[in-house]
Amino acid sequence: MTQTSLGESVVQKELHAQAQNNGVAANLTQTQPLWLLAEVTYRCPLHCAFCYNPTDYDKHTQNELTTEQWIQALRDARKMGAIQLGISGGEPLLRDDIEDIVIEARKLGYYSNLITSGVGLTEKRIQAFKEGGLDHIQLSMHDITEEINNFITNTKTFELKKKVAAMIKNHGYPMVLNVVIHRYNIGHMKEILEMAEALGADYIELANTQYYGWSLVNRSQLMPLKEQIDEAERITNEFREKVGSKMKIFFVVPDYFGDRPKKCMNGWGEVFMIVTANGDVLPCHSARVLPNMAFPNVREKGLEYAWKESPAFNKYRGTAWMKGPCVTCPEKMNDLGGCRCQAFLLTGDAESADPVCSLSPHHHLIEKAIEDSKNPVIANQPIIFRTDKNSKKYAAGDKERIEEFHALP
Amino acid sequence: MEISIQHSDIYALAFHHRFQWEEAQQSYVILFPEGMVKLHGGAGEVIKRVDGKASVGDIVADLKTNFPDAVGIEADIIGMFEMAYGKAWIRKV
Ligand code: SF4
Ligand code: SF4
Repeated sequence: MTQTSLGESVVQKELHAQAQNNGVAANLTQTQPLWLLAEVTYRCPLHCAFCYNPTDYDKHTQNELTTEQWIQALRDARKMGAIQLGISGGEPLLRDDIEDIVIEARKLGYYSNLITSGVGLTEKRIQAFKEGGLDHIQLSMHDITEEINNFITNTKTFELKKKVAAMIKNHGYPMVLNVVIHRYNIGHMKEILEMAEALGADYIELANTQYYGWSLVNRSQLMPLKEQIDEAERITNEFREKVGSKMKIFFVVPDYFGDRPKKCMNGWGEVFMIVTANGDVLPCHSARVLPNMAFPNVREKGLEYAWKESPAFNKYRGTAWMKGPCVTCPEKMNDLGGCRCQAFLLTGDAESADPVCSLSPHHHLIEKAIEDSKNPVIANQPIIFRTDKNSKKYAAGDKERIEEFHALP
Repeated sequence: MEISIQHSDIYALAFHHRFQWEEAQQSYVILFPEGMVKLHGGAGEVIKRVDGKASVGDIVADLKTNFPDAVGIEADIIGMFEMAYGKAWIRKV
């Protein structure tokens, strides 16, 4: 699944709005895992080049949690205050117990969301989900270039997507689309939006690729130019005016082109808790890239320990871990220093400021990445797709293309 | 958005929204795709009564009876309706 398929942008906006909403909603309770993301499997029939799954995901496809273990995790998290549940992957529908998970989620009072590519969604399954109390389905558009071609030429896979979209609507679900934007489709913004309209989308989230996992490996090839993003945003605004309130469009601006980082996951260990296919508990999707960190696993001490006591969750909570320029920065509460994974992946130091920040001494790395993406020699290197074979290579320590991003300052 | 709430209006929770008590938050919340809002005391009491049947007037009367000591409560209730409608948490039926 794509990173923003979590709906981070929307959540963050809402959380933010809450904080300002005097009278009605006050501040969030600090550090409560309101959001549980269950990445139930890393298996996936697709091979997206922008997948944020770990490049060595193949290691984790053999030891998935059982149904009982997932149900226990749901119960424990609920006790701790989790309320929004995302069921994601890989492709969650590759597991045949999603029905059981959905039923339990409803019983426990979660607001549950299935994040799927639609591959494997049948009439029988969706009916079971509806009866079980699944609240919401988010359809992710993958291999979007192909989808668009299909849309334009009106061929088979588009028909399939249309069928899935209709199924979702027929069961009374809102039609929520998530599309990952990158260089290969950003020129087709208008077609993408038209496709969403044709699918009857109520919401569409246009998420510019963020660079972790597979997408970082392919960064130079995927990153669009600033001008392309501006143009895409212009087209989006135009379209928004045309469709009015019928379709809500969210355009998530990529952080590389800003001068302040995002408050990653709304703060490390503040509101998000991710349980991965093999039971690792993470504060953010890509946290496993960080060095010298042992992440807790539900099979060992359980979720409460993971959230409250584990060294990993406490390490980057708040601001105590910061150093310059963040530690004395008047804006530090706005972004909490940005993303730890991005800081580490690009600077080699997990405690440095997110290099997206123009105050970071490593900001030139972002400028360089933008330059590289304009360099035809680099940008034309072949894309490395998320396949089991490539993943085995990474798991075995073959880092030919990853190494360069660890370059120390 | 210009909205004026009438006493005869009837509202229901918006589609795909759920209202429930959250033990861990000690408050009522509205849940919807990818988000949630926490409703403090009075706000929760208002939305709790929004059921697609009771009119705004009914709700005002009911709250006045239940909270006789609260002064100026009516304006607050109407304000809450305006906001909830403006944010599309509730819909008019
Ligand atoms: S390969 Fe594509 S569909 Fe599969 S998990 Fe990754 S982003 Fe999602
Ligand atoms: S210096 Fe650090 S805290 Fe300040 S804006 Fe930049 S990343 Fe945020």
